[in-house]
Amino acid sequence: MDAIFLQVLNGLDKGGAYALIALGLTLVFGTLGVVNFAHGALFMLGAFCAVSVQSILTISQKVRDESITFFEAYKEIPYLEIWWGETGSIIIDYAVPISIVVAIPVMLLIGLAMERGLIRHFYKRTHAEQILVTFGLAIVVQEIIKANFGANPIPVPAPDIVSGSANIGTWLGMSDTIVYPWWRLIYFVFSLTVIAAVFAFLQLTTFGMVVRAGMRNREMVGLLGIDIQRKFTIVFGLGAVVAGVAGAMYTPMLPPDYHMGMDFLVLSFVVVVVGGMGSLGGAVAAGFLLGLLQSFAAMNEIKSLIPGIDQIIIYLVAVIIILVRPRGLFGREGVMED
Amino acid sequence: MSKIITSKWSRRGVLKAGAVTGAAISAPMFFTRNAFAAEFLNDPGSAANVTFGFNVPQTGAYADEGGDELRAYQLAVKHINGEGDGGMMNTMKPISLSGSGVLGKKVTYVTGDTQTKSDAARASAKRMIEKDGVTMVTGGSSSGVAIAVQSLCQEAGVIFMAGLTHSNDTTGKDKRRNGFRHFFNAYMSGAALGPVLEKNYGNERNAYHLTADYTWGWTQEASMIASTENIGWKTAATVKTPVGAGDFSQFITPVLNSGADTLILNHYGKDMINSLTQAVQFGLRDKQVNGKDFTIVVPLYSRLMAQGAGDNVKGIFGSTNWHWSLPDAGSQAFVKSFGAEYGFPPSQAAHTCYVQALLYADACERAGTFMPSEVIKQLEGYKFDGMGNGPTEYRAEDHQCFKDVLVVKGKENPSSQFDVLEVVEVTPRAQVEYKPDHEMFAGGDLGPANNGV
Amino acid sequence: MMKQTSATKDLIIMLVFIAAVLTAPIWLTPIGANYPDLLQKFAIYGIFAIGFNILFGLTGYLSFGHAVFLGIGSYAAVWSFKLLTMNILPAILFAVMWSGLFSVILGYISLRRSGIYFSILTLAFAQMSYNLAYSVLTPITNGETGLQLRLADPRYIDNMFTKAVSEGIPSTNLFGIKMSGYSGFYFCAVVLIICFWISLKIFRSPFGLTLSGIKSNQHRMKYTGFNPRPYLLAAFVISGMYAGLAGALLAVTDPLAGAERMQWTASGEVVLMTILGGLGTLIGPVIGAGVIKYFENIFSSIGDQNLFEMLSWLPEGMQSIVAYVISPFVGSGWHLTLGLVFMLIVIFLPGGLVSGFSKLASTFRPKKKTPQPVASTVSNASGTKEGE
Repeated sequence: MDAIFLQVLNGLDKGGAYALIALGLTLVFGTLGVVNFAHGALFMLGAFCAVSVQSILTISQKVRDESITFFEAYKEIPYLEIWWGETGSIIIDYAVPISIVVAIPVMLLIGLAMERGLIRHFYKRTHAEQILVTFGLAIVVQEIIKANFGANPIPVPAPDIVSGSANIGTWLGMSDTIVYPWWRLIYFVFSLTVIAAVFAFLQLTTFGMVVRAGMRNREMVGLLGIDIQRKFTIVFGLGAVVAGVAGAMYTPMLPPDYHMGMDFLVLSFVVVVVGGMGSLGGAVAAGFLLGLLQSFAAMNEIKSLIPGIDQIIIYLVAVIIILVRPRGLFGREGVMED
Repeated sequence: MSKIITSKWSRRGVLKAGAVTGAAISAPMFFTRNAFAAEFLNDPGSAANVTFGFNVPQTGAYADEGGDELRAYQLAVKHINGEGDGGMMNTMKPISLSGSGVLGKKVTYVTGDTQTKSDAARASAKRMIEKDGVTMVTGGSSSGVAIAVQSLCQEAGVIFMAGLTHSNDTTGKDKRRNGFRHFFNAYMSGAALGPVLEKNYGNERNAYHLTADYTWGWTQEASMIASTENIGWKTAATVKTPVGAGDFSQFITPVLNSGADTLILNHYGKDMINSLTQAVQFGLRDKQVNGKDFTIVVPLYSRLMAQGAGDNVKGIFGSTNWHWSLPDAGSQAFVKSFGAEYGFPPSQAAHTCYVQALLYADACERAGTFMPSEVIKQLEGYKFDGMGNGPTEYRAEDHQCFKDVLVVKGKENPSSQFDVLEVVEVTPRAQVEYKPDHEMFAGGDLGPANNGV
Repeated sequence: MMKQTSATKDLIIMLVFIAAVLTAPIWLTPIGANYPDLLQKFAIYGIFAIGFNILFGLTGYLSFGHAVFLGIGSYAAVWSFKLLTMNILPAILFAVMWSGLFSVILGYISLRRSGIYFSILTLAFAQMSYNLAYSVLTPITNGETGLQLRLADPRYIDNMFTKAVSEGIPSTNLFGIKMSGYSGFYFCAVVLIICFWISLKIFRSPFGLTLSGIKSNQHRMKYTGFNPRPYLLAAFVISGMYAGLAGALLAVTDPLAGAERMQWTASGEVVLMTILGGLGTLIGPVIGAGVIKYFENIFSSIGDQNLFEMLSWLPEGMQSIVAYVISPFVGSGWHLTLGLVFMLIVIFLPGGLVSGFSKLASTFRPKKKTPQPVASTVSNASGTKEGE
């Protein structure tokens, strides 16, 4: 029973993350009609925002360790600690939350530049060509990151106060073996908040209304004299920001490396397809569905029944959904259907 | 449809095929160089140089380890050619190298990218053998690649000096006469960790294994189960995890309720970093089970990788082939010249590659030729010292180096970013030795040596 | 225009192609690519890309799972070596059969959808195959290590005729001709030429025209009461069998089959090859395959050491500056170069290198009408959005 409860928790937690990662992708597809294979790279860039913020905050005074003479081994004391003492340490400790604040403008700029410089010229090209050019871009971006940060994962710890885990079991009056990491709970709440914010933005603002209208009928909105192109640029920027903050927040759970974008790319496409291309609600639902299925497929009881199921469950779901209900769980009728 | 394709098959197609076959049969003769002159493949003959092939991952997940391996090789070439401070050339004994190259020839090298893929690694090794004329290929950072390249070198007829490869199979069921491994293996990790775990955690533990779902993971798991059950531990469960799973939460939460008090992570590379980081976040190390503190063990450590897990490695036991903080003269000499050259200490991958390059060069010097069959005779059963691992022997039966194994622990108070691990114990060779026909290694055959002609 | 010149033009194309392939060891010498393994890889991946082009180039269906058939072909071939004989013909036969069988199944399922959904379906199948081959199917695939030959393999047919002398593992052969080195290359080259010829025939046939009709407007074709599915499936199976053949040749020239041959990035590689060379053109995929394999094997091996040697013709000061500029793009940075080249091609040369060549050619010879062996006859590349 406890095991199942924990797997449900895992599933929800994963689901939140998957939904958040896929959200930007489906948003961009729904509005701009662009299949963005560089979305994983945006997620990875967000994570490296956190890495950069951490390494900037910990720029250190290097004190030579005299006991070792033949290579540069230093005792490193961050300047922030030298200048501000305890306050400096606290700021360094909160590198990840700070990086969220930094990632928003940075990712917005990257997103805008990407749309203006490249994506815009591919609106009229085929999906295949969109996939190819963004795939090429993803390779270039990750190689640049690799050249600067190396290939190994870089640890980015969460703030001390939330690095442990919460005794959920005791709160709920269940067994005290049920614990869950604070940071994962925070990520869950964070993803729900971001998703809600994006929804609210699209549903409640005039801007959102125009974008939603543009999703339905782009020419018509253009004819009404609205600069839909400009709006779309901003939507792409928004998608980049969502991917970026998703990446930055993910770093304490998964020390980032240059390749993490590719690792998540296939997954995020599966989430989008299962949910319905262009459907925000679908991405969220599919995220949770896949998260739960993946958690349960990993249980030994199920693996002994169907060997290897945990390896393929995600793809299996995608295949079934595409064949049975090609518009996805919540996709609008007619979108991407034959 | 088939009609369309085959409609003109008979006339033109056959004519052309015939013409082409004729060309194909006559053409190869132009291109085979020195095919009859040499007694063995890529014989440098009277040339002034001899070329080694350094085949390391330069892209992909192990690119950093590959980079370190390449640095070590470049250093080794310098030392063999008598440049720099000589490094382990000063401490290796016995030694036939004199700092004037090998057999009077200057050593040059070519590099390639394995991409940590068997296909790419073999393609790269073939380029070295066919185009660059190397007498020896070395390097790599995974067992799949090592085994693939080893069998290629066997077929082609050059020597393979394995880099970082930890699977039992490399010198077990996939061993080859032309291939040699200096690095330790999964069995040795298990055997070395057993007594240390017993000393620190007692005899009544209940271990839960998370294992990367591929051959190396399985051999590591089997080795760890054997050695922990030998000291009286129970095995609560073994769970296979997909390679590159990223998020391991669904595998870690079942541990919480399993009644196990020890988690053994048979993971390497990114998997190890992620599973360890996440296991610590799930509070496993703060738990008390059966009145004991919950512990985690990582059988194979790599310092480069451990850096990626940050503070989470503190206090966690594992094993390693070599560590730069070792006090012996050989290690110190190597760390000194590596540090002077590059500004940071070498990794275990760098060490094993450096040693392999020197061992090969020295064997050629002793053999008086680069002919693989003669070099193999020199390496088989060769005993040496002063290379950082104490007295070491290349066992003739399986081409595995036998030496002491280091048990290490994540350091609690690191003094620098390189100071991640501390050596807890040096497990003597006798304790990690096994018979060549041990069940975990059985089923292989070295076969005959191949000179490639 | 195609009809009138077709016969002579095709003959010229074939002759030029045959001459170019068979003399490859000579004209590839100056750029350091004339060693057997790379030549073999050029030919094999050329076949793979030609086959892929029959599907993607003609129909516009972008498969991200074609490497699966490459992998299946390799596994089938190696099993044939292990169980039956070291002769390569049965191996190739089994490889093509198995990959054909699998492509019928996967094609039948995947072709129920088009556009991006087709791509995702094939991608999903590729990842499932790879993940299973790497882990639970290890008894068949030997997992991470890859399926290899062993001394103790049964080789039933071989052992029926001769009692094997255990002097190492026998090598793959075609009735005694060893399939490594240059003979291996020439064998692959012959197969490549045959494959190219078949592809040419398909492009010129009514079948090929139907396929490109499906590409340019599937709906219109459907309105005329035409059912495109069987044609698409035929194209899928043909290209799957090409991939299986390429996989078999990989095993023939180097008897090992690894799971990573099936990974989706491996499928992505053949997409890159096809686009780079020229999608929908006859020769483009072969050129693309050559360029990418050249990058992978030669560019990746340029370190700082040989970079200086290569630039030794430059004046002293320039040398280090140029080396400094170039070094991030070679050696371990070869992926970066590949990504950049690829992006530039997709952006500025949607017709691939082939269209670049013909543009160049027409700039220098604006009036003269010469048959261009590389030019395509099937319009493509800047088509309309498919699947919508």
